[in-house]
Amino acid sequence: MTVTETVAPPGRGERGRVLAAFLRSRSGVAGAVLLAVVVLAALLAPVLAPYSPGAVHFETPFQLPRTVGFPLGTDDLGRDVLSRILFGARASLQVGLLAVALAVLVGTPLGLAAGWWRAADVVVSRLTDLTLAFPFLIIAVGLAAISGASLAGAAVALGVAQVPTMIRVVRAETLRLREREFVLAARAMDASGPRVLLTHVLPNAASSVIVQATVIMPVAVIGEALLSFLGLGIQPPDPSLGIMLSDAQQYLYRAPWAAVFPGVAIVLICLAFNLVGDALRDALAPGARR
Amino acid sequence: MSALLELRGLRVGYADERGAVTEVLHGVDLTVDRGEKVAVVGGSGSGKSTAAAAALGLLPGGGRVTGGQVRYDGEDLTAAGEARWRALRGARIGLVPQDPMSNLNPVHRVGAQIAEALTAHGLARGRAARDRAVELMAEAGIPDPARRSRQYPHEFSGGMRQRVLIAMALAAEPDLLLADEPTSALDVTVQRRILDHLAGLTEARGTAMLLITHDLALAAERADRVVVMHEGRVVETGPAGRILTAPADDYTRRLVAAAPAIGGGTRAAPAPAAPEPVLVVDGLVREFRVRGSRERVRAVDDVSFTVDAGTTTALVGESGSGKTTTARIVLGLDRPTAGTVRVGGTDPFRSSRRERAAVRRAMQPVFQDPYGSLDPTSSVARIVDEPLRVLRVGDAASRRERVTELLDAVALPAATASRRPDELSGGQRQRVAIARALAARPGLVVCDEAVSALDVLVQDQILELLTGLQRDLGVSLLFITHDLAVVGQVAHRVVVLRAGRVAEQGPVDQVVGAPAADYTRELLAAIPGGG
Repeated sequence: MTVTETVAPPGRGERGRVLAAFLRSRSGVAGAVLLAVVVLAALLAPVLAPYSPGAVHFETPFQLPRTVGFPLGTDDLGRDVLSRILFGARASLQVGLLAVALAVLVGTPLGLAAGWWRAADVVVSRLTDLTLAFPFLIIAVGLAAISGASLAGAAVALGVAQVPTMIRVVRAETLRLREREFVLAARAMDASGPRVLLTHVLPNAASSVIVQATVIMPVAVIGEALLSFLGLGIQPPDPSLGIMLSDAQQYLYRAPWAAVFPGVAIVLICLAFNLVGDALRDALAPGARR
Repeated sequence: MSALLELRGLRVGYADERGAVTEVLHGVDLTVDRGEKVAVVGGSGSGKSTAAAAALGLLPGGGRVTGGQVRYDGEDLTAAGEARWRALRGARIGLVPQDPMSNLNPVHRVGAQIAEALTAHGLARGRAARDRAVELMAEAGIPDPARRSRQYPHEFSGGMRQRVLIAMALAAEPDLLLADEPTSALDVTVQRRILDHLAGLTEARGTAMLLITHDLALAAERADRVVVMHEGRVVETGPAGRILTAPADDYTRRLVAAAPAIGGGTRAAPAPAAPEPVLVVDGLVREFRVRGSRERVRAVDDVSFTVDAGTTTALVGESGSGKTTTARIVLGLDRPTAGTVRVGGTDPFRSSRRERAAVRRAMQPVFQDPYGSLDPTSSVARIVDEPLRVLRVGDAASRRERVTELLDAVALPAATASRRPDELSGGQRQRVAIARALAARPGLVVCDEAVSALDVLVQDQILELLTGLQRDLGVSLLFITHDLAVVGQVAHRVVVLRAGRVAEQGPVDQVVGAPAADYTRELLAAIPGGG
């Protein structure tokens, strides 16, 4: 007796399901819109900005916001706050992306190796534990001091400081996936470790890596502002939100707007990534239907 | 006799986020009289659990009653509020849930959890509740209840936890006990003891029971009346004996025909005349270190058996018998502490990388969970030809051809190749897993509980497929299972494992027909409808 089963009609598939779940989240959509605005503003900074970020107008320092020609006012040297924020956001995102790329590119392979081979785990996890024993910013400041005060230096410092958390996430995923039956099936075919990791573990761990990347991003953006604020990141006259805050601090009572607007910009960038990251995590969670 | 629980033309639908309602129960009629034992039988997706949830006012998420009535003791509860349901649940309707592992709170003592059930219904408090909890545990058949009531759930075995849950369900002396697959997570011998005990308790108290199960034989054995459900409808209802012997409905007939039973005859192909062993396991031992102590536990203890070419050897045992560890060692996923495994004459643990590749090619697994054994990110074509790619067999074109051939061999349409596993049913996934196992033309396929997670009808088809493949391709099977009834259908030789040791082994007729070991007899007697 054979009862033939009909093949189910093609579903929307995993990608469609995740997208639908993401779009159902109101805060996720708000975050995505905000993120699009932030990214566009940063990309189009040279077009949108009324002035060059370094352009000094000695004749018009401390202009109030909504002054003709200076929508967000000017600072002590008469530089346009709006232009500097646009270019500063651009620098923030550059540092953030570089740091995230570094954390992903270094952390993922190490995490996969630590989750798969016991010998690798002993070395990698002990080093991870050691690094995580120090506060993130202490490590980042220390590394920035070593790698030199520049945009690239800040990115490397922040990225390296985030590698341990990335290793943790990927290692946990690998440990979870290595006992799954499809991995056992591949091992029974005598597939090599790297092969199983690349074809089965990595694709299934990708969603966790993406979510972790959206968590790292705002941390790196704030980290860049902090390093630049301390003089360990981007160097003047290049624009950075952190440098703007640091400059504005000296005349906070006279021109509060010069500190408030860059602060708001930092908040908005981080908020955008956090909202998107949260919604993405919920959408990628298994069984996320509602 | 008046009906205690009555579902009248019950319709239940689940609303999705857009408010569109999908109906899953299409007018279900079901009654349970006082003191009566009724079993609801159906495969997955039949709506049996939804009906049970509706009878408890516990429809999950977007589920709601869209028509008909739920009546309890003459009262219409269809529109009853949560407060009314809370007064009924536990006090008048007790629930024995399916999974004893997740239904007890791990951080509270067992006795306190039973006492809580009493306190919640205002039946006893403080000291009196604790004493009553101990009594209830004793009644549920838990030895040394006073001491054990102060233990935590992790100190109890699965069967003992289920007894705790039974004690809890009966704490408030309900009129109706709803048991949703109460023993499907337990070994057969434990299942038999628990159900016997449950029957005794409900008998003594005159409690009515609604038993939800996928196992028709179990339902017939344990209930006065059996209700068969299929796709959200009741297709047949009648006295337990009649349903098994003279099923009226077509679906029931198929269920009865598909249910494996001892003495139901074999469907295995006759064994070849001159047996030649493809797998020889000799004196296999696997020890595990116990965490935090120097003690070592022998999960597999001196196990020896063979699989002859073109035949099936079944490895039977309950949980903890070492059958899965043995399978893992045979597949090369684990290393033995002592003993040898020889596949076609080579020992994969003592050979070069090239020889090992040949051994791996000669042997492929099919696992239990059709949802876990296929990589959700790969297409079916990529899953099926993976062994070929790993072992570097053929080129892209020949592999594509082979995939079509394999899908055909496991009776799946060629269009399946481009699908992803989440678009397939459980049975189809298991067919894909079998196709993958066959891809590199292995001599031996290791089936680790390969049909245990499937519905009876699908299980029947997969067993048919496996025996058919054996007949056509001459593959040998190492068939690992806890179900002796299935063994009788497919195996030539049987190895019964208990606590890591071989309790008995021999040809299937001998082991199943005239068992020598007490343990085998106990296993056979525990099969519902068998003893």
